[in-house]
Amino acid sequence: MQEVIDTAKRLLSDGTVNRVAGWKAGEFPYDVTPAVFTTVEEIDNGFIYNDFCAPNLSKYLIKESHKEGKILVFLKPCDTYSFNQLLKEHRILRENVYIVGVPCTGKVDIGTVRAMGIKGITDMESDGENVTIHTLYGDKVVPKTETLGDKCRTCKSKKHVIYDELIGEDGEVNNDGARFELVEKLEKMTPDERFEFWRGELSKCIRCNACRNVCPACSCENCVFDNPGSGIQQRAATDSFEENMFHLIRSFHVAGRCTDCGECTRVCPQNIPLHLINRKYIKDINVFYGEYQAGEDVMSRAPLNAYTFTDCEPGIVYERGGNE
Amino acid sequence: MMFRLPINELDGFFAKIAAGRRLYLPVDQNDGTSAFAEWSEGTKMSENLNTLRSAKSFFFPQVTNLCDFNVKDKEIEVIDNRADSEDFAVFGVRGCDARAFTILDKVFLVDPIDSYYATRREHGVIITLACTMPEEHCFCNVFGIDATSPEGDVTTWKTDSYLYLNANTEKGEAFIAGIKDILEECAADEVEAQRAKTKEIMAKLPFANVSTEYFEKNTLLDIFNSEKWEKLSEACIACGTCTFVCPTCQCYDIKDFDTGHGVKRYRTWDSCMYADFTKMAAANSRNSQMQRFRQRFMHKLVYFPDNNNGEFGCVGCGRCLTRCPISMNIVKVIKTFGEE
Repeated sequence: MQEVIDTAKRLLSDGTVNRVAGWKAGEFPYDVTPAVFTTVEEIDNGFIYNDFCAPNLSKYLIKESHKEGKILVFLKPCDTYSFNQLLKEHRILRENVYIVGVPCTGKVDIGTVRAMGIKGITDMESDGENVTIHTLYGDKVVPKTETLGDKCRTCKSKKHVIYDELIGEDGEVNNDGARFELVEKLEKMTPDERFEFWRGELSKCIRCNACRNVCPACSCENCVFDNPGSGIQQRAATDSFEENMFHLIRSFHVAGRCTDCGECTRVCPQNIPLHLINRKYIKDINVFYGEYQAGEDVMSRAPLNAYTFTDCEPGIVYERGGNE
Repeated sequence: MMFRLPINELDGFFAKIAAGRRLYLPVDQNDGTSAFAEWSEGTKMSENLNTLRSAKSFFFPQVTNLCDFNVKDKEIEVIDNRADSEDFAVFGVRGCDARAFTILDKVFLVDPIDSYYATRREHGVIITLACTMPEEHCFCNVFGIDATSPEGDVTTWKTDSYLYLNANTEKGEAFIAGIKDILEECAADEVEAQRAKTKEIMAKLPFANVSTEYFEKNTLLDIFNSEKWEKLSEACIACGTCTFVCPTCQCYDIKDFDTGHGVKRYRTWDSCMYADFTKMAAANSRNSQMQRFRQRFMHKLVYFPDNNNGEFGCVGCGRCLTRCPISMNIVKVIKTFGEE
C-alpha cells in the first residue's frame, strides 16, 4: 500500500508522468472512486490501494491516453488483460501510458458482504486473511475468501501480462478451471430449466447500461443502442423479451474479446450474474478453437477473427444437441 | 388514534387488505436484496431496511403506454387505452420513499396535472413502516424526515409483539375503518419507546450532521460555474443507475414505436446521465458528461429548491450510495462543496 503511494509520488515528481490514475478514498473503506491525481498533494489527500479497490482502470485510458503527456496507471493482474485487449484494438496510445503492476489477492465486494445480512457497515479492515467489519450493530470477523465478489472468487490469473514496472512479485496464471464450474452447472440443466434461469435473471434488468459502460470490450464511440437511427434505441422495452436479447446481443459482440474481467457483474445494480454468459462463450471458444485467453498478448489473432480449416462447422450446434 | 394488532396475526392482516385490493410489500430476492412484490397467501415480508429500487414505480412506472394511434389512409385515430385503475395498497414504505411521493406530487400534480400519475395516486394507499435499524448510508434526517414516524396515509410501527397503526389522512382513516374488526385501540407507549431508541442510533449515523448550508447560501450561477464539477464527474461511467434507483428522479422521455400499422406512444424513465438526454432537433445543450452529471445534482440541490420554497429534491435514502459502480454520490457532492 505505502509502496504504491511512494511509486505514484516518485514517478510524478521525477517527471516520468504528469498524471496518476488510481483510486480515491471515499466516505467508507468500500466506496472507492477511480480518480486522476495531478499533484503529490492530491495523492496525499486520498489516494489508496487496498482490498477494496476493485474498479478496473483500463477503460479510462481510452480517454486519458489521448490527452497530453504520459499518465501512470496502476493495474491489477486481471486489469492488464483488459489493457492488452484495448491495445490490440488500437483504443489506447501505449506511448502515453506508464503501467505499474500492483499485486492483488482478491477484492472485497460490499454487495457480497451485505448479502450475508451484515447491516450498517461503517468500517472494514482486511489483513489479507480476515475482514473485520464494524457496523452500527456490532463487529464481525469474516474470512476474506467469503467476502470476495464474483470476479475474484475464481480468479483467472495473478500474472501481469503487461507492465513497465512491478510492485511485489508476479504471480501465476490459474488454470484450475474453477471459473467454469457454474457454467457447467448451467450446461447440465435442461433447456427449459436454463431458459427459466436466464429469464429470471435477465428480466431483472433495468437497462441502465452500467454493464456496457464499464465493459472494456464495449468501446464503440456510439453504441447501436444509443443511436436514434438504429430503430432499437427504445428505452422502453417493446416486448418483454427485449432486455434478454440486449444482453445476448451484447455478449456476442464481445465474444472472443472479453477477457473475463468481471466488471459487468460487479457493477450491475440488479445483481445479474452477467459474467456467466461471457464465460460460456469463453469456454466454448476454448473447446472449438483451442485454449484462448483474450488480452493475454497484443499480437495474436482472436479465434473468431481468424479463419482456419480446422474451425468447427455450423453443424456443431446439432452435434451438441442444440436442436433439442 | 393508535391501533394495534398482535404481530402473529400479520398474515391475517395482509389477507384482509388483499381481499379488497391488490397489496404490495417488500419481499426478499435470491441475492439478499428486496423488491416490492404483490402479496399472496404465504408471501413473507422482507426484514431488509429498504428495497433495492424505490417505491416510485407504483405511481410513475418505468414504462407507461400513454396512448395508441391507428393510421388509416389520412385518418389518425387516437386511442386512450387506459383501463380504470384498480385500488391498491403498498405496505412497508419507509420514511424516505414516503417523502419522495410528496416531492413527485410537486412535479406531476401541478398544472398541467399529469392524469396518469394522478389516477394511480388516487387509487393507492400508502402504509409506511417506521425504521428501527437505520444503515450507514441513511441521511433522511438531513432533509427533515423522521424515519421513526414516517409520512403516508397510515403509519405503522413493528415491535416484537405488535404492529401499531395510526392514520394520517382521510384515505388512511377509511383504510383503518375497513379493517377495524381485527384492530384494538391502544396507547402509544411502546411506539414512543421504540422511536426514542431508533433516534439514538440515528444521531450516531455517519451522515447525521451533513450540512446542506452551502447550497442554501450560494447563488445558482456560483454553484453552476464551480470548478469542482470537473473532478467530481471525472470517473462517472454514465450508466444512469443513480437515476433509476432514486425515489425522486422524475425525468422522462416520450417515444413513438412504429407497430407497422400504427403507433404506440410510450413514456419511459429518462436519465440526465445519458448522452441523448435533452437532445433536440437542432442540438444537445449538454455535450459532456460533466454537464450531464452537474445537471443531476443541480436539479436536486439547486433548481428544485429554488422552485419549491427551499425543499431539496433528495430524501437521503442512500440508494445511490450503495449502487453507484464508481461510488460517486450526492453525499460526496454535498461534502465537497461544503468543504470551502
